Amino acid sequence: MPKKKVDPLEVIATSPVARAFTSSSVGRSVATRLGVPPAPELRRGRTLPGGAVSLAVLDKTTLVRNTLGLLGVDAIDPVIDTPDVRTPGESGRPVPPGYESRLGALVLDLTGLRTISQLEYVRGALRPAVRGLERSGRIIFVAKAPESYDELEPRVLSQGLDGLNRTVAKELRGGATSNLVWVDPETTTAALASTLRFLLEGRSAYVNGQSWRVGVAEVAEEVAASASPYTGRIVAVTGAARGIGAAIARTFARDGAIVVGVDVPASGEALAKVVNEIHGTALQLDITLPDAGERIAAHVATRYGEDARLYAIIHNAGITRDRMLANLDESGWAAVLEVNLAAQLRMNASLLDGRPGGLADGGSIVGISSTSGIAGNKGQANYATSKAAIVGLVRAMAPELAARGITINAVGPGFIETEMTAAIPYLQRQIFQRSNSLAQGGKPVDVAETIAYLADPASAAVSGQVVRVCGQALVGQ
Amino acid sequence: MTDRTAVVVGGNRIPFARSHGAYRQASNVDMMTAALDGLAARFGLAGHRVGEVVGGAVLKHSRDFNLTREAVLGSSLDPHTAACELQRACATGLEATIYVSNKIRLGQISDGIAGGADSVSDTPMAVSDGLRRALIRANSAKTLPARLSALSAIRPSHLVPDPPGITEPRTGLSMGEHQALTTARWGISRTDQDELALASHQNLARAWSEGFFDDLVTPYLGVAKDQGVRADTTMEKLAALKPVFGRGEGATMTAGNSTGFFDGAAVAYLADAEYAAEHHLPALARIVDAEVAAVDYTIGGEDLLLAPTYAIPRLLERNGLTWQDFDYYEIHEAFAATVLATLDALDDETYCRSTLGLPRALGEIDRTRLNVNGSSLAAGHPFAATGGRIVPTLAKLLHQRGTVDGRPARGIVSICAAGGQGAVAILEAC
Repeated sequence: MPKKKVDPLEVIATSPVARAFTSSSVGRSVATRLGVPPAPELRRGRTLPGGAVSLAVLDKTTLVRNTLGLLGVDAIDPVIDTPDVRTPGESGRPVPPGYESRLGALVLDLTGLRTISQLEYVRGALRPAVRGLERSGRIIFVAKAPESYDELEPRVLSQGLDGLNRTVAKELRGGATSNLVWVDPETTTAALASTLRFLLEGRSAYVNGQSWRVGVAEVAEEVAASASPYTGRIVAVTGAARGIGAAIARTFARDGAIVVGVDVPASGEALAKVVNEIHGTALQLDITLPDAGERIAAHVATRYGEDARLYAIIHNAGITRDRMLANLDESGWAAVLEVNLAAQLRMNASLLDGRPGGLADGGSIVGISSTSGIAGNKGQANYATSKAAIVGLVRAMAPELAARGITINAVGPGFIETEMTAAIPYLQRQIFQRSNSLAQGGKPVDVAETIAYLADPASAAVSGQVVRVCGQALVGQ
Repeated sequence: MTDRTAVVVGGNRIPFARSHGAYRQASNVDMMTAALDGLAARFGLAGHRVGEVVGGAVLKHSRDFNLTREAVLGSSLDPHTAACELQRACATGLEATIYVSNKIRLGQISDGIAGGADSVSDTPMAVSDGLRRALIRANSAKTLPARLSALSAIRPSHLVPDPPGITEPRTGLSMGEHQALTTARWGISRTDQDELALASHQNLARAWSEGFFDDLVTPYLGVAKDQGVRADTTMEKLAALKPVFGRGEGATMTAGNSTGFFDGAAVAYLADAEYAAEHHLPALARIVDAEVAAVDYTIGGEDLLLAPTYAIPRLLERNGLTWQDFDYYEIHEAFAATVLATLDALDDETYCRSTLGLPRALGEIDRTRLNVNGSSLAAGHPFAATGGRIVPTLAKLLHQRGTVDGRPARGIVSICAAGGQGAVAILEAC
């Protein structure tokens, strides 16, 4: 985490007591005067924005309009700020046009972007939207990926949107987020649907200021529109006994999955609770065993039938052994690399070799990277190495697995409120919680939702991606 | 009704903990519930109506009259799961297994859970008979004077609570004292007892380190492993212990070669073989047959804990097997000397002919096949939980072994129990 000058006033103002205080109207006005906005409660779950979804389209492209149509979302026309539609304000300054009621989301289909001058339309669409966005509203950019252009200007502009998106994300208030989706020229509406739906819904609550790619894959329209995409599918989650892992297990179960919860034998009691709650099965297993992948496959084959295959494996299990390099010996170094990286490589190899109970073609692998891996973190040389390697793993394996229709992705959690992070000293925790554009820590379910989106059969066109779940943390990209 | 096969699907137990330790706040119902929940998680039984859950406890509060059913209601199993309470002292878990397997074989149920729990830490404490009678009389009295008169019968000595006995009511001897008589009668040496105890600890420790119990045990209240196992014990350490049972020269039984007091719960999951296959449940071993027996230890003066020597020959005879036909022998280690006396008795011509009425002794067994992954001396012995520990352990061993000389691997369980009883069962690998 970055060094940040601690303002004692801010620390006091963000304490739980102050939070309760600032949720009252008097308190809020005092807090606002102090310059500390209360952290907004985020919209979560499979819920669309309350307000209207506005669609701004450059050059009459139809990708996003058709995708929204497939999702059953009616889009309204955008309000565009141009000099001639502004009205004189009380202070004499011209006031831009606005939406009649709070806007739920603005989706910008910029797949037709070719020239710098077109960006004025983008500005014109953004200005009324950011002024009128509801709490937990959404700005979603959809553009062709830079590498899909041969010409210089659109290629440059596509990359430019990344900076625009990250800035919008920083300027938004009230738990609203902005994200950028880069598509391939051949991306279909059905292939884009899961991503657009995820971004509009509360499931993406803590994903902010991010950009990732949606490529090309066959996705049936009924799959793209399903709200319980995992019905009848077997999903294994490592480290499922508590924290983020338990949330992942519950989220997959909510969406219909048969969950195999995996955790070390010593965590069996907590694992049993989670698994019984979601009617899954528990596998007490140390994933660093050389045959851990074989054992997971064997569990699937014996418990669900010789023909059963794993639809997805979620490599959530991980450990930290934080030490400054000056104090880091070989055991602390090796333990982290073993659990967080080597075990995962071995399990993937066995689950991908076609054995009964192994990973099905068309299936999915999701790993957990971390802000620490992306940005580096003092005292976490071992952890950061392992987590950055997960980014490498995802990028390296995605093209290789594409032929079998298997996707591999990772999430990069930022500061997530778990039992583990609750142990961080109070002041430090406050700083971590506030060091992102949403001014709060994420919840385990935020990570879980993002993983469930990435592993979704409807996300077949999303592979090789790392999606951060960090509220747009100040550190890293 | 077709001839059905009852198989052991698997099992679950909580680690056995030393009494008055980690589980001191846990009741039998709590521990039994935890054992059921761990099993449910392992086999995806949450919300499932199991054919029947059967089990019990030896040391029991009167409030736990419906212990097994209460545990079911507290667990993640479907509340429509019926439960039955059953007790045969230390053979409770095995007796429950026999009960469930019989119902499965008769086609009355498709699956069932058998086991037991026992807490020495949370024992019931009864009031004395004198106080109890006075209170009952006072309670039923119609008038105040009558009530006072009833209560006036209470004497100070009545106020001393009556802890649960682990002595045999008919002899007044504790189980250890009874075994000490047997140990002396059969001339079981201290060294032999200590060697058996050492093997139990070493075998159990090895099984733990190999991960054998990863799918047989679910941690409970922060305990992840049996607390009794001492991987580092040695013959020297065992030899240094003072005898606790018996007198003088013949006092060879120590805390090292006798089971101590433990808390725990264990269950085995059984199913009809076809049902197991249809529901993708593993079939580890088949319950082949079982036999119970009792000895006349009161008037006849027989050895209290040698009832299995009666049950074993009858069971072998019925199944056309010899005492040497087994690949694994699971003989409950109430005391090291109990196991050794059982083996000696079955190898003794006089005992087998005159006491058991057999044509000849059953002979010796290959001791390397005995309690290969440890038994009660190392794991601990929460009385009613022991059967639920041994049955899944043996079933897993047999399944791992598969076949021997072209036939399914075969094992036998033998558990002695208070009251001069014993239960034995034959299992065969699936």
